[in-house]
Amino acid sequence: MVRWTKTLEIRSSPHIAGGKSVNAIMFNVVLALLPVTAFAVYAFGLAALITLGTAVTSCLVTEHLLCRLTGRNSSVGDWSVVVTGLLYGLTLPPGLAVWMVAVGGVMAVGLGKFLFGGLGYNPFNPALVGRALLQAAFPVAMTTWPTMPVDRFTQLPSSTLAWPFTKPVYDSISGATPLAGWKFDRVMTEPTDLLLGYVSGSTGETCALLILLGGVYLVMRKIMSWRIPVTIFLTVALCSGLLQLIDPAKYAGPLFMLFSGGLMLGAVFMATDMVASPMTHLGCELYGVLIGLLVVVIRVWGGMPEGVMYAILLGNAVSPHIDNWIQPRVYGTKKRRQTP
Amino acid sequence: MNIFRSKTFAHGIHPPESKDDTSGLPIRQFPFAPSLVVPLSQHIGKPAVAVVREGQEVTRGQCIAKHDGFVSVAMHAPASGIVCHIGLTPSITGKMVPGIFIEPFPASTQEIMEGAACDASTADSEEIVAAVQQAGVVGLGGAGFPTHAKLRIPEGKFVDTLVINGAECEPYLTTDHRVMLEHSVDVMAGIPYLMKATGATRTIIAVEANKPDAAETLRATIPDGSGIELEVLPVKYPQGAEKLLITALLDREIPSGGLPLDVHALCVNVATTAEIGQLLPHGKGIQERVITVGGPAVKNKGNYRIQIGTPLRFVLETVGVEDDITRVFLGGPMMGQAVSSLDIPITKGTTGVIAFTTRETGFRDGHPQYPCIRCGYCVDACPIFLNPSQLGLLAEQDHYRRMVDDFHLMDCFECGCCTFVCPSHIPLVQQFRIAKAAVRKMKVTA
Ligand code: SF4
Ligand code: SF4
Repeated sequence: MVRWTKTLEIRSSPHIAGGKSVNAIMFNVVLALLPVTAFAVYAFGLAALITLGTAVTSCLVTEHLLCRLTGRNSSVGDWSVVVTGLLYGLTLPPGLAVWMVAVGGVMAVGLGKFLFGGLGYNPFNPALVGRALLQAAFPVAMTTWPTMPVDRFTQLPSSTLAWPFTKPVYDSISGATPLAGWKFDRVMTEPTDLLLGYVSGSTGETCALLILLGGVYLVMRKIMSWRIPVTIFLTVALCSGLLQLIDPAKYAGPLFMLFSGGLMLGAVFMATDMVASPMTHLGCELYGVLIGLLVVVIRVWGGMPEGVMYAILLGNAVSPHIDNWIQPRVYGTKKRRQTP
Repeated sequence: MNIFRSKTFAHGIHPPESKDDTSGLPIRQFPFAPSLVVPLSQHIGKPAVAVVREGQEVTRGQCIAKHDGFVSVAMHAPASGIVCHIGLTPSITGKMVPGIFIEPFPASTQEIMEGAACDASTADSEEIVAAVQQAGVVGLGGAGFPTHAKLRIPEGKFVDTLVINGAECEPYLTTDHRVMLEHSVDVMAGIPYLMKATGATRTIIAVEANKPDAAETLRATIPDGSGIELEVLPVKYPQGAEKLLITALLDREIPSGGLPLDVHALCVNVATTAEIGQLLPHGKGIQERVITVGGPAVKNKGNYRIQIGTPLRFVLETVGVEDDITRVFLGGPMMGQAVSSLDIPITKGTTGVIAFTTRETGFRDGHPQYPCIRCGYCVDACPIFLNPSQLGLLAEQDHYRRMVDDFHLMDCFECGCCTFVCPSHIPLVQQFRIAKAAVRKMKVTA
């Protein structure tokens, strides 16, 4: 008999691991965002390209530097920062000054993610944190929306290249977003235009169809929970439907509410951030209903035309509590677990 | 019955089945190793007591150790030969355990010695329980709980349904599959013993849908009017866990910390049943069992009938292994235990010997471990409806008491679903094992 000299490793079971790694999940989210990104560039031209590029680069550089500073291995390679950067870029108005985009990117990663301990520990969606901070700092710039100029592929809006700390000068009269139009001037936009994205708005929020496409892809790859976007849609549709029944002249209908503003992008890609959303099915549904209600309340009664961002951030804040409150009923036990 | 309720349990996972390499290979007899060692404890409960001395000649099938108390079973000589030594041998747990070393006679015909027969039609339930204990039967599904101890129904309890577990949901393993195909008659012979001993009036044989040939063969051998039914279940891991199998078939939920008996059911592995049907009519004891030797690192994969006590080293040397073998474990890849020494013997509870190369094991090792990203995949996978993510976070902070008191740690049966799906590659099951051991220790010292 041959003497057998092999070193065997001893590890705990299970000895096999299933399909997805964090990298793969994040990479798939990037894939799902590609059509939206492509449309953004088509719709808003060079301005969008520069906004998105700056957003992603600033997030990546911040993450890399912070990892270096804190002595960790750089986590730039795991695609999660690219997701944050892209999402953040897609929520910005095209034509926003480059330096503002960069500042927001640094804040998104630095304050939204790293401050809390990095991937897995951020209670809020970092992209939204970045955007919210920008909105607070530059309220005017963040609500100035360019339309789709014909020379968008050759010309940059002058506001894009504004020097840091100077006030950007806008050369074209900006178009109002459909939501602002409805809220302040009672102008309605055609639902088909909303669906196809031929309206003004943030870089990536205009084309509802492509956003849904990305969402369907993620649900099919079993990466995203369909429960969150679907419950948000249902809640918003139901509430706005009811309101419209009460006073059709005053309140916009469900279709308009669903397809305008950042609702699609927010519900499909932002609210579903794994880290900041609940884990159980029932928890996801509650979370969706809550965000849906908040969106309607802010849009209808709040001072701003857009409320998705704040609704999601609030939802993020309650998410851990929902998780704590809703635990699955353990097999063989009578009651749901009580949180002590 | 509600036709919309598909017969399965909630949650669970679908790992790659990896059974094609061996599921078509008939059971073959394995050669005798030059030296066998029969550990005295191959079951849960008290070790058996040796009744042979060093230097004594034994006949194959002869009882060499008798049970000690009720939760304990007898051991039989796996080969005709000479008892050369009684002493310590390494075991899968890493501890040294007492065992009987036997050197088979090379020229022996290896006839199996028979004992007092037990006839299912005439024996009463006590006699059957005693015969099963004497035959040394333990759960061949891997748990190793003495079967007769399950069969004796305590005063005041009753069993109405007997479940024969042929789910074999672990990837790579095909032993139960082959046993059902080739020994369906033995399975049918074993069931009457079990029904009689427990008083069950109904028997359900559960087979997963990936073994249609086995299901057909069994169906064809079911005697008329025997009260035996066959149920084909959708493929899902861990369907072979007895609690979940009973839930899948009968829609009854076993209370936390309880036994199938609490819901009037009893679950016996199909290979165990076949063994009873084969041994009891002749008064024989277990001396060998069918084991899948497979995995990518094994050259001559197959389903082999291997003597109890055959050293693992002999098994692997006989079948041949690839050069880049890195991991060997007993049982399937989901719940099997990695071996630390190749000198440990095959025992009654060994369902498979699976060997991996660097390619299969590389997956998790190549990726860094991330923090929990709260994706909830583990929550969706846990068949017991625990919250592995929460448990994992608590384990990292050593909050073992909270894990038990508030998050039902002790209900976890280490099926591995959570670790399998975790995209952050957190070794959840390992953390839970450590936590459980720590809690048990606390209980003992408290
Ligand atoms: S190992 Fe335990 S916690 Fe993990 S899925 Fe299985 S039963 Fe649930
Ligand atoms: S599967 Fe892993 S990463 Fe996902 S929630 Fe569970 S422990 Fe966390």
